[in-house]
Amino acid sequence: MAVIRTEKLTYTYSQGTPFEKTAVNNVDLEIEEGELVGVIGHTGSGKSTLIQHFNGLVKPTSGKVFIDGTDIWSKDVKLRDIRFKVGLVFQYPEYQIFEDTVYKDIAFGPKNMGLDEAEIDKRVRETAELVGISPELLKKSPFELSGGQKRRGAIAGVMARRPTVLVRDEPAAGLDPKGRENVLDQIKQYHDETKSTVLLVSHSMEDVARFASKILVMNKGEVLCYDTPPAVFARAEEISSVGLSVPQITRIFSLLRQRGIDIRGDVYTVEFALKTIKEYLEKNGRGGLENA
Amino acid sequence: MLKDITIGQYFPMDSAVHRLDARFKIVITAIFIVMIFSADSFPALILSLVFFVIAFLASKLSPKLIIKSMKPIIPIIIFTSVLNIFFIDGVTVFHIWKIRITDNGLITSGYMIIRLIALICGSSLLTYTTSPIVLTDAIEQMMKPLSKLHFPVHELAMMMTIALRFIPTLIEETDKIMSAQKARGADMDSGTLVERAKALVPIIIPLFVSSFRRAEELALAMECRCYNGGEGRTKLKTLVSGGADYAALCLSLLFLGGVMIIDMGKIIFR
Repeated sequence: MAVIRTEKLTYTYSQGTPFEKTAVNNVDLEIEEGELVGVIGHTGSGKSTLIQHFNGLVKPTSGKVFIDGTDIWSKDVKLRDIRFKVGLVFQYPEYQIFEDTVYKDIAFGPKNMGLDEAEIDKRVRETAELVGISPELLKKSPFELSGGQKRRGAIAGVMARRPTVLVRDEPAAGLDPKGRENVLDQIKQYHDETKSTVLLVSHSMEDVARFASKILVMNKGEVLCYDTPPAVFARAEEISSVGLSVPQITRIFSLLRQRGIDIRGDVYTVEFALKTIKEYLEKNGRGGLENA
Repeated sequence: MLKDITIGQYFPMDSAVHRLDARFKIVITAIFIVMIFSADSFPALILSLVFFVIAFLASKLSPKLIIKSMKPIIPIIIFTSVLNIFFIDGVTVFHIWKIRITDNGLITSGYMIIRLIALICGSSLLTYTTSPIVLTDAIEQMMKPLSKLHFPVHELAMMMTIALRFIPTLIEETDKIMSAQKARGADMDSGTLVERAKALVPIIIPLFVSSFRRAEELALAMECRCYNGGEGRTKLKTLVSGGADYAALCLSLLFLGGVMIIDMGKIIFR
């Protein structure tokens, strides 16, 4: 069964004022359990608004959201329970920390769930380890940490609740290339270890392409496509035409195809590109490439 | 939820009222307030309301906005009118137990309600149609003579501009932090008063931290641009007044005159 399902989901900001803007338009979506979904779209494509529907932070203007098959806006559903199920980490999560120690800040989420002390302690320590925060840092004030540590601490605060679905909005925003790499690896690791559903919002195809099992492309509030990476990147031209960049390696292959070389277009990692080129050369010899 | 606050918000549009010189708009708003509070009879009050309706129609704003701006002051209106009804002496209209309601009480509170509503409507019209930056600019120019007395007019205007400029930013920030804490399972909508007050801590602390950060960044950015106060500073957009501004001012004075004449008539013919 789909863990997240939306039905004709529409959201309009500032309805009835001159600032009116439809951010999410008529979205029908089904996300299966255990997927690692990359959500891609331009700034203002509605991806951030869309994900805020998944834990009931935003009430749809029209349409429905189902989490685990329950309509989250029906009367007898407690939104807090939904929020424990769907953990949402915002952009720059380091701006939401407030407790006087890192430990307490991570424990804030589990505490709200009403868990007992022993369980909270266990979860805080486990999650801190998972995100790479050493035990001695737990006693420090979160405001003394470095930017990267702060962010990891804030993320641990959401992960410690063990949500069925983890949604991360632009986890790599404002990080250097190495930090990016770390964050993405961490998400992959979390996904592999917990087998939970993970949604990763990004505007960089390159980041998402390597890990995601499914890619959701948003454009102007609508779903352009939702499919496996090979199927999405096979439509590289279409994606480029709405102004999203595809991975460089995909672009090279689509340029090759434009020049009349009969090579597959669904290439999005360098390793796979190497394999494809080798296969092509074995099949056609060098001649095919030199003609181009 | 916080985004629905409309007090002090500016709605950019193109209308006769939007185009008026901000200095004139401030003066006209002041004249309107004088009109409302000096009107001493219902015909005079209606005349000043006619003036508001004209201004409102010329502004092309939707009536919904005006109604929305009333929402936060409804408690104040109810409170003052109830006080007036009960505590003003006059001829008793009806009597229940110890509570006596008099004709004067009813009339005074009626006036009060209309005046308060008109006051809010009038000042909302000013802020809806004038961008905060232009508004403070106008205030700075109007207060300029005070700088002769070594009053820090420019600094005051700059502080106002910055404060106004950051209201939407802070609202947005608060909204974001609230969402983030709700996503972490914070419960802000239920519980006792003490529990609710405690639930605000996770919002207020990050808000303070980010305000200090912003203030520091802004100060640094201003210094990098060699900002050193108002001395010798020129304006990119200077306020210009034209015929339309004087016409609007004359119209408002005409209405004020009308209100005064009606009231004088009342006194003379009584």
